[in-house]
Amino acid sequence: MTATEERAATAEIGRDRRRKEDQRLITGRTRWTDNITLPGMLHLAMVRSPFAHATIRSIDTSAARTSANVVTVLTGADIADDQGVIINAWPITKDQVSPTHLPMPSDRATFAGEIVAVVVARSAAEARDAAELVDVDYEELPAAVDLKESAADTVLAHPDLGTNKSALWTFDSGEAGTGGDVEETIDKARSDGIVIEREYRQQRLIPAFMEPRSTVVDPTGEQITMWSATQIPHVLRFALAATTGVPESKIRVVAPDVGGGFGGKLQTTPEEFITFAVARRLGKPVKYTETRSESLVACHHGRDQWQKLTLAAEKDGTVTGLKVELLADLGSYNALLGGGTPVLGAFMFNAIYKFQAYHFSVQTVLTNKTWTDAYRGAGRPEATFAIERIMDELAAELGVDPLEIRERNWIKHDEFPYTTVCGLEYDSGNYEAATERAKEMIGYDELRAEQKQRRESGDRVQLGIGVSTFTEMCGLAPSRVLGSLDYGAGGWEHASVRMLATGKVELVTGVSPHGQGHETAFSQIVADRLGVPFEDVEVLHGDTQVAHKGMDTYGSRSLVIGGEAVVKAADRVIEKARPIAAHLLEASVDDLDFAGGRFSVRGTDQGLTIQEVALATFAAHNYPEGIEPYIDAEATYDPINFNFPHGTHLCAMEVDTETGAVRMRKYVCCDDIGNIINPLIVAGQVHGGVTQGIAQALFEEAVYDDAGTLVSGSLVDYLVPTAADLISFDIDHTTSPSLTNTLGTKGVGEAGTIASTPAVVNAIVDAVRHLGVNDIQMPCTPERVWKAVQGVGAGGDDPTAGAAMPHFDEQEGGAQ
Amino acid sequence: MTKIQLTVDGDTVSDDVEPRMLLVQYLREKLGKTGTVIGCDTSNCGACTVHLDGKSVKSCNVLAVQADGREVTTIEGLATNGELHPVQAAFHECHALQCGFCTPGMIMQSVDLLNDNPNPSEEEIRLGLEGNLCRCTGYHNIVKAVQTAAGGAS
Amino acid sequence: MIPAQFDYVAPTSVDEALAALAERGDDAKVIAGGQSLLPVLRMRLNAPEVVIDIGRIDALRGIRDDGDAIVIGATTTHAEVGASSLVYDNAALVTKAVEHLADAQIRHRGTFGGALAHADPAGDLGAPALALGAQFVIAGTGGTRTVGADEFFVDLFETAIGDGELLTEVRIPKHTGWGAHYEKFVRVAHQWPIVAVAATVKADGGTISEARVGLTNMGSTPLRATAVEQALVGQPATEDAVRQAAAAAAEGTNPPSDLNGDRDYRRHLATVLTRRAVLAAAGG
Repeated sequence: MTATEERAATAEIGRDRRRKEDQRLITGRTRWTDNITLPGMLHLAMVRSPFAHATIRSIDTSAARTSANVVTVLTGADIADDQGVIINAWPITKDQVSPTHLPMPSDRATFAGEIVAVVVARSAAEARDAAELVDVDYEELPAAVDLKESAADTVLAHPDLGTNKSALWTFDSGEAGTGGDVEETIDKARSDGIVIEREYRQQRLIPAFMEPRSTVVDPTGEQITMWSATQIPHVLRFALAATTGVPESKIRVVAPDVGGGFGGKLQTTPEEFITFAVARRLGKPVKYTETRSESLVACHHGRDQWQKLTLAAEKDGTVTGLKVELLADLGSYNALLGGGTPVLGAFMFNAIYKFQAYHFSVQTVLTNKTWTDAYRGAGRPEATFAIERIMDELAAELGVDPLEIRERNWIKHDEFPYTTVCGLEYDSGNYEAATERAKEMIGYDELRAEQKQRRESGDRVQLGIGVSTFTEMCGLAPSRVLGSLDYGAGGWEHASVRMLATGKVELVTGVSPHGQGHETAFSQIVADRLGVPFEDVEVLHGDTQVAHKGMDTYGSRSLVIGGEAVVKAADRVIEKARPIAAHLLEASVDDLDFAGGRFSVRGTDQGLTIQEVALATFAAHNYPEGIEPYIDAEATYDPINFNFPHGTHLCAMEVDTETGAVRMRKYVCCDDIGNIINPLIVAGQVHGGVTQGIAQALFEEAVYDDAGTLVSGSLVDYLVPTAADLISFDIDHTTSPSLTNTLGTKGVGEAGTIASTPAVVNAIVDAVRHLGVNDIQMPCTPERVWKAVQGVGAGGDDPTAGAAMPHFDEQEGGAQ
Repeated sequence: MTKIQLTVDGDTVSDDVEPRMLLVQYLREKLGKTGTVIGCDTSNCGACTVHLDGKSVKSCNVLAVQADGREVTTIEGLATNGELHPVQAAFHECHALQCGFCTPGMIMQSVDLLNDNPNPSEEEIRLGLEGNLCRCTGYHNIVKAVQTAAGGAS
Repeated sequence: MIPAQFDYVAPTSVDEALAALAERGDDAKVIAGGQSLLPVLRMRLNAPEVVIDIGRIDALRGIRDDGDAIVIGATTTHAEVGASSLVYDNAALVTKAVEHLADAQIRHRGTFGGALAHADPAGDLGAPALALGAQFVIAGTGGTRTVGADEFFVDLFETAIGDGELLTEVRIPKHTGWGAHYEKFVRVAHQWPIVAVAATVKADGGTISEARVGLTNMGSTPLRATAVEQALVGQPATEDAVRQAAAAAAEGTNPPSDLNGDRDYRRHLATVLTRRAVLAAAGG
């Protein structure tokens, strides 16, 4: 057996390795931020505005200050000079209207839940006790709550700005030279083709990661150390330094074990900044851990758009033009990405279809609600939902199967690479193959036959089959493109590989995992690349003192960008080790082969493993003249393109027409994410991603009442599904390797979430379309489905009632 | 302050606690048993699930004083002599966790479920876990892990 | 979040508990399993000065046969009630309702009496208790009194338990041989029911001779669908006959409107779920 074959036989890439991360997590040996306790540590409790919009007339902290074991009580005015500013990293237009976002404002609260004072005490309980005693004199102001009304400037979220309209961002294929004029295609379709016009609602969602956010700051060393439940330690350090005046080199940010994020921890938060300011002021370690109720009201929300679409097609169903007009709710501030989130969807409404002309606009709008930002998929789920819904409408208009209309319009496998109407180059894909496989998995034809039979017999339970043939763009990059979009950072990633004397390998990555399994997957990459045992690789991350350079984890970027940096750094190690190995083997560099972790002298049995070279380099007793005894290496990778996973998701839903209750019968998907490093981890990402998309379709919504109070402010009313509400999924893959990275991988973290929502809603609408239904607003509650079947609306503008039942009521009589 | 004495993961512990202290806080703050975590304030999420006298309970919904004289088992007391409990092993084997925050509660509830019903159907597993939220896995592999631990994986 | 400070007493007898209640009066809250009370305290929606834990009073726990009734002690857990063959054989409706009440952990801690005393109209036990004509035994310093289910539920979170009184046990008249079903309608499993219907029927040879139907979350208290009960008597247990009778299910109800459905939708649901519950009860 040759070395090459041997290596292939033991290849780590593609193997379903069990995760390295698990041991500590399944035994409770974890380091969540809230587990950290330091000597003399103080605890914070936040005083939050109960009003969506109010002037803060005065704050009386005297009673709180004298409460037991309270150290101090601080207001926005008290820390005005050193609290820093919460940054918006993506002003999407030059003239974007954006209020200054102080971590703790002193004059006005702009959403219910905004922090107006902080209590510092020796225990968390005592801090909370005292927080109840802080007396804030508010003068309530009219609140801008409804998105459409706010877009009309009926009530101003920030009266001093004079408007709620933050930015209008547009893309037009005619102007950009990437396609034709959309109005022309629409005019033409009106005269001799088909025009479909729809308005869809993307309800507001809450990321609802399982670990509430927590921050500990220790200012007692030379560097101020912040541990935080964040996806973005590097961005956080930058933001703290940039706005508080503390040198970046004096700040260390650590993301220890982080319990999920889904974009919700892709933020630099008022809570982090306030904790930082309090620690600096008192010179003591301090901790703040939010409650779930606080998390739901203060962690940024996601989605929240109105989407107006006009689709033009020829009579045979060939699509020609697409016009998209969005209204996007920012909440009361432009968050870190802010208006950039809907812009991330701008290039995805055209999806996998060959449109000739495309126009996109988004008007971002300020309201007196919780700020919005990235939530799993960030902009692409919204786009995919709208296009996949309206493609079904086109199919219905023509009376053809929804898969048929898609096939007529999608990019064929032999047309890749394909430049879209947005000017993006899709490198690889095979929509035909993924769709064929998905159809086979679900038993498409049998289900259609059953559907027909149920329709004909007028069955109380109707069956629908939903389709979603999605693609998405992930791995935010290249940096130059981001720069052209006025994005405030680059899209590169960094990695370094350290060869230890004992042969162990430390991989330092700039990405910051919070459940993804990078410790395992990146170990597999390094093990393969360097030919060292999987167990010998240790992956270090999430600490700015260890991983000094990084752009963190979001946007399905970690593998496709971070993984490529790992490859490059590992390859450099090999190149640096080569002359030393040659020297030790007394051979010429040109006569050395490297395979299976071993340098061998061609035509001999002489060789040295890279781990042996590492030891020899450590000893440094014998190495060539003119080079350093050092084989560690680092690499920064700036991608050359976005990355375009795709797939076909099919879902069968049963609708009880009598109650409106829906039941998922089967869910299958065949995704093409290029080459797979670890199929087990990939399956987990797909299952979880699909579930979050299903949750948007069926269960979840952040609902506000007219006064701007979050009604679904606890897990009693914000309905995160349980195991009993879901089924097991059937997943598979086709493989069209990405051409833009060495490993041929595509992102998978968001794919499921992007794909599944329209599959579910399309299935429900499909089940009852023959009863005259062509839309049901999300979440598709039984009530909405029932009303739609009754013909009393539920599509379009059907707001969820702003009321929740009390179950934990203060008025209760005899609870026992 | 009220004096309590109880057994936690096999050890007898005794402390003066405020009556308002929740069992989960007692475990975390007084005993350093931070394997058990707090995920919500309405007893929906189940992340804090432990066994009280051998039955699963949400430790955020029990006062420490209510556990006086009783026996508590947490995720940290589940493995014996360094050997993982079969449910822990199955969670690892089936990739039934991602971020791992819900995992201690999910494992403790799965153990309870299998104590009651050693050979559950998929539906019984799903219903048995209805008091535990997971945001990462879509529950697919959690269900598989419970089936595997039960020996009934197909 | 952490509750506000309170004093704690854990009496070991009903008399001690009543004495503590008499002493602390309005400032006291009684805790049994605490599954509804602790979230209230944690979110500081209420801050009693003293919490009286009746969980250590052995006399309040257990299920016994008392001739024509079964008696469930107030602090008997849902899990214990659910596992009791005595309950199942004589009041299967209770077993069915308890089966899917909240979740397993809460059923291990939560108590039968506690849930009823909490009097959440969306709670799962009120409608079965009402349908079965349960009697509530309430102790006070002056002795005990018994209140019928129709008088026990006064309003939202309000019962006939007076100041200084304690619910000690619930007597459920035996409905041996009656079929039963609890039809619960939720969007996600861990939710309180949007609407639920508790039905128990006595059927002889396919004909319904007696029926009891209780409604969950159709008003500020659990409600009895008496019009349906009357209409069912003498009817065959067929889809059509039951459908006709169930059409009256929403009569006299006053359901809430909230995130999960408006009142009209709930009224519609009540009729559908009543039909399904009665048919399932009659079928087995």
